[in-house]
Amino acid sequence: MDMSQYLEIFIEESKEHLQGLNQSLLQLEKNPQDVPMLNEIFRVAHTLKGMAGTMGFNKMAKLTHDMENVLHALRSNEIKVSTDMVDLMFKCLDALDSYVNEVITKGSEGNEEYTDIINGLDNILKKKIDNTPIKVATGDKNLQNEEKPSNLSTLNFKMNQYEQNLVNKAVEMAMNVYKITIVLNKGCVLKSARSFIIFQTLERYSEIIKSEPRVEDIEDEKFDFEFTVIVISKKDEETFQKEITSIAEVEEVIISTIHASNFQTVQEVIAQETEQKTEQIGENQPEESEPENHKAVQTSKSNMKTGKTVRVDIDRLDVLMNLVSELIIIKTRLEGLDEIERTQNYNEVIEYFERVTTSLHDAVMKVRMVPVETVFNRFPRMLRDISRSLGKELELNMSGEETELDRTVIDEIGDPLIHLLRNSADHGIESVEKRKETGKSEVGHINLRAYQDGNNVIIEVEDDGRGIDLEKVKKKAIEKGFVNKDVAKNLSQKDIIDFLFKPSFSTTEKITDLSGRGVGLDVVKTKIEALGGVVEVDTEAGKGSKFIIRLPLTLAIIQALLVQINEEKYALPLNTIREIIKVKPEDIKQVQKQEIILLRNIIVPIIRVGDILDVPPSQKNNKLLTVVIVKKGEKLSGFLVDNLIGQHEIVIKSLGKLLGGIRTIAGATILGDGNVALILDVNSLAV
Amino acid sequence: MSEAVALNTTQFVVFVLSNEEYGLDIQIVNTIEKMIPITRVPKTPTYIKGVINLRGDIAPIMDLRERFDLPHSEETEETRIIIVKFEEIQFGIIVDEVKEVINICEDNIESITSLGNEGLMENILGAGKVDDRVITLLNIEKLVNISIKE
Repeated sequence: MDMSQYLEIFIEESKEHLQGLNQSLLQLEKNPQDVPMLNEIFRVAHTLKGMAGTMGFNKMAKLTHDMENVLHALRSNEIKVSTDMVDLMFKCLDALDSYVNEVITKGSEGNEEYTDIINGLDNILKKKIDNTPIKVATGDKNLQNEEKPSNLSTLNFKMNQYEQNLVNKAVEMAMNVYKITIVLNKGCVLKSARSFIIFQTLERYSEIIKSEPRVEDIEDEKFDFEFTVIVISKKDEETFQKEITSIAEVEEVIISTIHASNFQTVQEVIAQETEQKTEQIGENQPEESEPENHKAVQTSKSNMKTGKTVRVDIDRLDVLMNLVSELIIIKTRLEGLDEIERTQNYNEVIEYFERVTTSLHDAVMKVRMVPVETVFNRFPRMLRDISRSLGKELELNMSGEETELDRTVIDEIGDPLIHLLRNSADHGIESVEKRKETGKSEVGHINLRAYQDGNNVIIEVEDDGRGIDLEKVKKKAIEKGFVNKDVAKNLSQKDIIDFLFKPSFSTTEKITDLSGRGVGLDVVKTKIEALGGVVEVDTEAGKGSKFIIRLPLTLAIIQALLVQINEEKYALPLNTIREIIKVKPEDIKQVQKQEIILLRNIIVPIIRVGDILDVPPSQKNNKLLTVVIVKKGEKLSGFLVDNLIGQHEIVIKSLGKLLGGIRTIAGATILGDGNVALILDVNSLAV
Repeated sequence: MSEAVALNTTQFVVFVLSNEEYGLDIQIVNTIEKMIPITRVPKTPTYIKGVINLRGDIAPIMDLRERFDLPHSEETEETRIIIVKFEEIQFGIIVDEVKEVINICEDNIESITSLGNEGLMENILGAGKVDDRVITLLNIEKLVNISIKE
């Protein structure tokens, strides 16, 4: 069968599952008793294995299979959650991720076997055999709560919390819970087949919740001549006795009823014995743990999105977006038509048309919006890795994950954020010792916040670390020759911080894996500015720093001011414009070859946009010059233009691959008359 | 007119630049447009005339006469823009006239080594001979390599 048509679905779903696993695993590490979460991990891993197997990616399936084995051991309480184990699991996920990436680029899973990971997984499983169950029970605090050896059994019979809850619930609902031990005839040849028949019989009357040895082992004949099951049923004891003994080769059937009270006494005994157990496991335990468990299930459910959604190819959305853009262009064109008699009817139609296109535009934009969660959700994992490798205790708090941004922005925002987070973890947060010295909590906090502010989305990366050492930055800036000593004295905090965003500027003496190579913040800045956003920094020595990224909500359609330079028309994004003024030619002064004007006593550099863009100079000599004051960050610049045309809603189009590299031009747009106007890149034109 | 359409023939769009005949593989030719206003784009080589609105798409326009240092000719009724699409890159070429589409058999395509003129060479696939005409066949791959000067 040709699998290629499923490849895309496979890739997409695998990515999703892997992301999900990453998150769940983090949860599990924090809370090893979270049985629903463990079940969820197990389920997803199993799905992944099945998918990989179906697609014929055997190495991937093998790796997931081994992972599943470990998860199974976890689930049946044979091993415990440890940091090393979680590390290995994460490595597993990384390996799986690279398999998927290999599939994306080459269409096959590649040759990497990740034997070290597989061996590591095997080792975990081997360790489990060395540990007797009793040892596990007394050895680990975390697991004690879940270990419930029951002395009712002749075998070493233990149930985990999940199973125990089932029993409790069944008893509550007045169902019978039996422990049935079945002993087979010593002469029985096909033990597994015989047990299969017994299981079938049992399943007809009851639900099997536990079997010792495990069903898999029984299937493989890995048992002597007896096995024990716990079943929940409405039938009485005799039915089972009769039904099972009627099966051939069954030597003996021992049935005992498990009552809830029975259970509690057992627990009490154990509690006294070990003396370490918390009162949670006392008499009230069933009632107590029940709602708790319930809550866990509910929260994990609420985390999952179960809306009615359709997967749509991004290209199709882009086509739709383009068509809407076309419609808006035509609308603008209709509005501008001169040769039509403007009756009231005509105006009404046009107005209605405008309302519809605006709503349509909004709707399409909403479709393209993606919650920042899609970028954020890989960060907890990343921070965990960083915290391990740096030996610092870090805690990442995220909020506003549901804040939405245009897909084009989302795609680009990941790298800058990774950079800022690493920066905070590495440079911002001090070492544990140092934090103790300064009286801070040992755990360093990093807050990642996203929220909408008007037509912008703000993303903040905040740490409670040492803050930026302004003096050090200043010294470095002088060293690097960005500024001379005398000027440096008069620099404001903001000016100094700006040095951080200069290429090849780094203040850490120690270069780590993570950061400090001097390529960094400048890349962040360039990237954010390319998206039409700005980066600001807030810092206080000893208290921490905050990096604030301000991004436009959308990039596709913006309000712009159309200006004319000689005969050419250009568009300036309206959100960059502060004001428009007229000045006399003699108001323009020269300061060190730079033309400036004074605007309410603020020096504003004048930029002759026409000259920069090689526009043939205009012959007209205007008595008053039009200056568009734009802001780049906090700084103002004055763009000299010949004429103002007006404000328009414009659709941003790319110049394409061939002409994509022009810095002063941010794109192009189609005007109402069908001609093309270029959109100026204010950030690269302004000083 | 008997045309032997063999398997190894390729169809070319034949156009005129400064009285010389050139050919482009028809596979990469999207449409042929009449002249429309072109918006100049700064900081580009002189042979990039600017961009046009191609039914909602922005397409750069190249003037091959400038690129090949051919004498400039006035815009006439016959002047056309050939829109080509090569590896997702769409752009237009201004030509003096579009003549026809012809089949050229592989055997009738002379390799470029037999031709002179260094500068032009790399833009050319070869020369196609049809009857007594010689048609210069352009190599589109080279044409899309342009440099932006800042």
